[in-house]
Amino acid sequence: MSKTPSTLFDKVWDSHVVRKIEDGPDVFFIDRHFIHEVTSPVAFLGLETRGIGVLFPERTYATADHNTPTINQHLPVADPLSANQLKALEQNSAKYGISHWGLGNPKNGIVHVVGPENGITQPGMTIVCGDSHTSTHGAFGAIAFGIGTSEVEMVLSSQCIMQPKPKKMRINVNGSLSKGVTPKDVALFIISKLTTAGATGYFVEYAGDVFRSMSMEGRMTVCNLSIEMGARGGMIAPDETTFNYLKGREKAPQGEAWDKALAYWKTLKTDEDAVFDAELTFSASEIEPMITYGTNPGMGIGISQLIPKASDVDGGVATFVKALTYMGFKEEEKMLGKKIDYVFIGSCTNGRIEDFRAFASIIKGRKKAEHVTAWIVPGSHIVEKQIREEGILDILKAAGFELRQPGCSACLAMNDDKIPAGKYAVSTSNRNFEGRQGPGSRTLLASPLVAAAAAVTGYVTDPRELMN
Amino acid sequence: MAYDKFTVLKSSAVPLPIENVDTDQIIPARFLKATKREGFGDNLFRDWRYNADNSPKADFVLNNATYSGKILVAGKNFGSGSSREHAAWAIYDYGFRCVVSSFFADIFKGNSLNIGILPVTVSPEFLEKIFAAIQKDPKTELEVNLDKQTITLLSTGEHESFQINGYKKHNLMNGFDDIDYLQSMKSEIVEFAKNKV
Ligand code: SF4
Repeated sequence: MSKTPSTLFDKVWDSHVVRKIEDGPDVFFIDRHFIHEVTSPVAFLGLETRGIGVLFPERTYATADHNTPTINQHLPVADPLSANQLKALEQNSAKYGISHWGLGNPKNGIVHVVGPENGITQPGMTIVCGDSHTSTHGAFGAIAFGIGTSEVEMVLSSQCIMQPKPKKMRINVNGSLSKGVTPKDVALFIISKLTTAGATGYFVEYAGDVFRSMSMEGRMTVCNLSIEMGARGGMIAPDETTFNYLKGREKAPQGEAWDKALAYWKTLKTDEDAVFDAELTFSASEIEPMITYGTNPGMGIGISQLIPKASDVDGGVATFVKALTYMGFKEEEKMLGKKIDYVFIGSCTNGRIEDFRAFASIIKGRKKAEHVTAWIVPGSHIVEKQIREEGILDILKAAGFELRQPGCSACLAMNDDKIPAGKYAVSTSNRNFEGRQGPGSRTLLASPLVAAAAAVTGYVTDPRELMN
Repeated sequence: MAYDKFTVLKSSAVPLPIENVDTDQIIPARFLKATKREGFGDNLFRDWRYNADNSPKADFVLNNATYSGKILVAGKNFGSGSSREHAAWAIYDYGFRCVVSSFFADIFKGNSLNIGILPVTVSPEFLEKIFAAIQKDPKTELEVNLDKQTITLLSTGEHESFQINGYKKHNLMNGFDDIDYLQSMKSEIVEFAKNKV
């Protein structure tokens, strides 16, 4: 008898269900758990109040990232509240025997950058973290998603959470990307089509030529942004690109264990006749470099397009008008040529080596625009090292830029890296919500290429004009 | 963390007819630095509620004494964005026990249920009716009956039923949480884990 065809998502999900509760969620086993300083302290407090411990400390990894300064990391953290959270993470990790990569540790960095780069993230795993961009790890064919603090406490104490199984959506992008179009643009394009609620209730599988030929860094950028279309997560079937990336990484399986793992990983794909609850297909040729003009990631357009009219978009006119007012923009205006004040390149969306290579490819031989402040923040110490070793730092310096130290930085502006009220920032991060990058800040989300073009011209500029 | 049981809630409501209210608006990141779950209600909707000099913004609904109650009624796609449970804590800590919208973001919905806030999804039409009723009479009351899974506009008697899975409903009605449940099946989990990398 032949088995019913199943999707990649089904295969990974179903093999992690410990118990099914009738008219309720699944008791869902978690292979790897990442924690950081902001969403874990109250969970540890909960364990103490209940008098329970951590069931499998070896399955959890702690890194400090959200709250950390991006200059002078060798000095004590000045903000007492931030310092307190960092200390809590360190103490809780030590107390329960959890591996901890704090400030100054050579493996420290943004949680969704360090997991993959150390080989912790592997195909077929279930991975959670108290951070919504945990979806990043889906690039390896893992089921990965963000959880709340109550759930962090559940994972610490039982290595499980209670989850109803989401519906399944497949998004295909076929053809090949045009010049200057990056994985970030693909994701912003999809979100602009789906809106920020378009995939709520679904888990997405990305398929088609574009993702097949994409690097692991690019796949991580795309899966990272799944949450911005409302999906809990997104995943891409593992293939040779995935295996090559993982081979030899510290926590990846070695020797015989590698061969065994590889045999399993190769089974992780959607069967031919498997059915999805929703399926969408786009053509790569439709996509140009993207930029957002509003206050959610769905408010994006091709860089050469005009801001739409309120009457032409789905959803409430009042909400749309509120967003444009906040941004200081008008309907049917061009984005090209708008003056900008800040450029931020970094975050778990675009803080990997490939992103800095892209950035450098444009600024090489040019100078930073005088009125622009640029924050260039690597996703991890390992990325920082690569930036130095590949000569990217020299290019940055020659153009008048400085490199900061790793962390989340202006992505959520919990540390000192805040965009001032009213200022415009072209940012490679993931959210352009009101005040996300500091109270009153105005964010234009874009790719590293668009960010680089803005950094050297001081205006929203089509990066294709600066590429040979 | 223990929370109050939820059975029937009869209350006036606070209207927030804005769509896509994200968790950065509910509680901005700079207020996430606590290591205890205390005082988050003070910073609920911080940047919509207060000016930079901490003076209240008169036109924001939470600063308008006309509106009060334990129910927050919001536009569609409420709670999108980050997974910060702090957003749900802030809403609970401020005094809301129920949020009504025509659409909720996933993680926010899960977090709310986990800490004792009931997210009630109504049809867009019913949501409009609620907003209209509150506009007409800010003291108008809603009744949310969890056992019957109904929400009623008491002024007119109009009502709708809402969905919630049986397990979560049972938890909310009894003040239980998932951790109690998971602790009770620890040996089954340990056995299961033996086959996991
Ligand atoms: S870089 Fe931004 S999105 Fe990524 S983990 Fe840090 S705060 Fe979250």
